[in-house]
Amino acid sequence: MAKEALLEIRDLWVEVEGKEVLKGVSLTIPRGETHALFGRNGSGKTTLLMTIMGFPAYRVRHGQIIFKGEDITRLPPYERAKRGIGIMFQRPPTIRGVKLREMLKLCAKENGVKIEELAREFGFESFLERDVNRGFSGGELKKSELLQLLIQDPELVLLDEPESGVDMENLQVIGRMIRRLLQKDTHRPRTKSGLIITHTGFILQFVPADLGYVMIDGTIYCQGNPQEIFEGIQKHGYEECISCLRRIEE
Amino acid sequence: MSEKDRRIEPRIEDFKPAKEGRIPRSIEELTPEEWARLKEVGIEPEAPKEGEFLQADARVVHCRKLPEGLELLPVTEALKKYDWLADYWWKAVPAEKDQYTRATAEDLDDGYFIRVLPGTRLIYPVQTCLYIRTPGVAQKVHNIIIVEEGAELNLITACTTHPGVRSGFHIGVSEFYVKRNGKLTFTMIHNWADEMFVRPRTGVIVEEGGTYISTYVTLHQVASIQSMPNCRLVGPGARAIFGSVVVAPKGSYLDLGALVSLEAPGTRAEIISRSVSTGGESLARGHLIGKAPEIKAHLECQGLMLSDEGAIKAIPQLDAYYANVDMSHEAAVGKIAQEEIEYLMARGLSEEEATSLIVQGFLNVRIEGLPAELQKRIDQAIALAREGL
Repeated sequence: MAKEALLEIRDLWVEVEGKEVLKGVSLTIPRGETHALFGRNGSGKTTLLMTIMGFPAYRVRHGQIIFKGEDITRLPPYERAKRGIGIMFQRPPTIRGVKLREMLKLCAKENGVKIEELAREFGFESFLERDVNRGFSGGELKKSELLQLLIQDPELVLLDEPESGVDMENLQVIGRMIRRLLQKDTHRPRTKSGLIITHTGFILQFVPADLGYVMIDGTIYCQGNPQEIFEGIQKHGYEECISCLRRIEE
Repeated sequence: MSEKDRRIEPRIEDFKPAKEGRIPRSIEELTPEEWARLKEVGIEPEAPKEGEFLQADARVVHCRKLPEGLELLPVTEALKKYDWLADYWWKAVPAEKDQYTRATAEDLDDGYFIRVLPGTRLIYPVQTCLYIRTPGVAQKVHNIIIVEEGAELNLITACTTHPGVRSGFHIGVSEFYVKRNGKLTFTMIHNWADEMFVRPRTGVIVEEGGTYISTYVTLHQVASIQSMPNCRLVGPGARAIFGSVVVAPKGSYLDLGALVSLEAPGTRAEIISRSVSTGGESLARGHLIGKAPEIKAHLECQGLMLSDEGAIKAIPQLDAYYANVDMSHEAAVGKIAQEEIEYLMARGLSEEEATSLIVQGFLNVRIEGLPAELQKRIDQAIALAREGL
């Protein structure tokens, strides 16, 4: 029996500031699976994530985003968040005068997730009384984002380069946090899904992906075993992908 | 006179004398609606405090103090009791300053006298309230606050109107004297009515090693408030901090600031202002004058425009008269960053919820040295006002 599709993207065309960035993207993430998205800078990876979250600057010209069987293409971000989509920002803004603890309470709504316990487990309790993201280092920003997501507890997690700007020591903690988020340590069937953008592929050592995609110039050129794709890119670069046999025929 | 001029320079003659108000004999006469209104400005009948004072229109209806070492009296009584009060009367604010101080000097509607005796450090706040209960009156009060050597006082003053009052005029002359090594924390929360005119006239004199910390909060619609406390740091090492948290709704004209004159070596001053316009006009002034060497003074004005109506005008001024001074200012006015709203929306907040949280955060300025109890009252006032933003 095929797994239930949590997210389905059908022929998505997206414009940002008058420029066409996504040109017919289609993909399906089944419930419980983690997929990885590779591609050069400017290929449209971040645009895809931002469009799934529903930010207004990302204008959908054509196509559909289906989440849990519902067409969410026109919903604002907070409606998508309420339905179970969460995003980790690459460069989150500072919210001055708002304590991280207060923000986490808002993320939690009434889902019963214990803020103190989680913060302590990941060595972040001393940040609860600080303004959200104010003066945080690269690694601290990532932890703050992941803590917010762990408390928000979404069914679909969108991660934009979770390892960028993080030192080796913090990479371990961030890897643990993402494993927790995507239920990688559980023996029960997983219910959480993820879509991860990665340049370095580092994060896949901590969080194995079920499927990988290569995005080139706003379209998905190939999909397959994420480890093989990543090794191929490392050896031959993205040029090889363009002529690769696995290319999805239009 | 145009409507705008009248807003900037209201005339006392347009109002009834406060002595003709419907003045209650005691606080037992206040209705539950009036108590609800008083609570909005931080009057907490149950909270621990050292003393309490309430004046409605022209009469002091409640005045009670607990500890030894604290004197709290209607100012008219204090004037009869103490001849020496002449040394403090109109000494920090000149009686001839303007038409409003002159009117108060000619016909006084009472006020409070507070004196903390040498070495007495009061832990809980002293709470005072100046209340306008009758529509259309002009209330003219004069307060004297003396913190003697090594003494400490936390004073919270709440000013508001009866829920049924829309118009009125409040003139409040306040003279603060902080003696050697004394500390005075003064928190003022205003919640007036949409046709109220308010003219506080404040003078502060801080002696050697003394500290004066002022926090001013106004979050609701009011016709106009104009206030520029004048603070003199006259002794070495004296220190003053002025913080203000201001919301200018449509129909409000708020001209607020502080002037600190640093007149002795090693004095320090800081003026921090946060203002939000939702359609009203807010002038944020700050004037620091370095009249002695080795002083340090900083001014910070930040404004947030939430509407294309109204205005925010930041007017900082620094005057230095010695080479060895450290004086600086920063001012910034802008709108809420779309990026911050979207960030919060991705965490499940609607656009309105996100905006209101960002505004609350912006207004959430932490004044160093402000006691937790006073900070709590300010936070409560901002949280209440946030619902209306």
